[in-house]
Amino acid sequence: MNIGDVAPTFSLPDTDGVDHGSDGVTVVVFTCNHCPYALGWHERLLQVARDYPQVTFLAVNPNDAERYPTDSYEAMKERVAADGGWPHPYLRDESQEVARAYDAKTTPDVFVLDADFRLRYRGAPDADHRDPQQNARWLREALDAVLSGAEPERAETEPVGCSIKWK
Amino acid sequence: MKVELLWWEGCPSYPETLEDLRRVLRDEGVEADVDLVEVETDEQARAERFPGSPTVRLDGMDAVPPPESEPFSLTCRVYRLRDGRISATPDPEDLRKAVRRTK
Repeated sequence: MNIGDVAPTFSLPDTDGVDHGSDGVTVVVFTCNHCPYALGWHERLLQVARDYPQVTFLAVNPNDAERYPTDSYEAMKERVAADGGWPHPYLRDESQEVARAYDAKTTPDVFVLDADFRLRYRGAPDADHRDPQQNARWLREALDAVLSGAEPERAETEPVGCSIKWK
Repeated sequence: MKVELLWWEGCPSYPETLEDLRRVLRDEGVEADVDLVEVETDEQARAERFPGSPTVRLDGMDAVPPPESEPFSLTCRVYRLRDGRISATPDPEDLRKAVRRTK
């Protein structure tokens, strides 16, 4: 999927079994339970969801749970429950069809869609998973641009993380 | 000293660890080549007792030993830096401590 392309629509269950899909300006983050990059960026991404309540924020776990049981639907539910809930849904992509449709590469891999579901940003949340001061800057810059009707100056960065565990 | 860096291509962190490791070895005056061992299958991961990428071994011992419950598989290791932050690479000071302990 290239910048400007219309993103595929989808409907996936969250950890309560409720289906979600893109709605208005949307952030889709492919992520998982076990990857150090996903874990390192996790709190920053939660904070983005809290700071942009007008944006639909969807975390999607597409990893093969057979080979990686820590990414099973049950493990996702346990993680969200242990955290006392998340500010955004955590969706299970059991068939991996959504990850394939988005051509997601890593966990995390961030996609920002405008209200017409066109891809406006794709890549990493910021420059360093270890540095909380980065504050998901690239994602926030993209969201600020999209919400003001402008094109993000930095539309694409290299996604950095663990490879998606395909079946 | 036998120095090994075991890595899996699904994690992009091993080049940084290799750089850190070579710097620490140089700083500590250890003249040893780093053997790069690519782990490609789950079977090999189990045979090598590979808890994830990257893994540094000094004379066969893990420089930053994982919890005993850690499974052996093709995965990325979760390290903690000395200040508690999550990292895909070991803290260079932990590598230094392990080199000093081993030499």
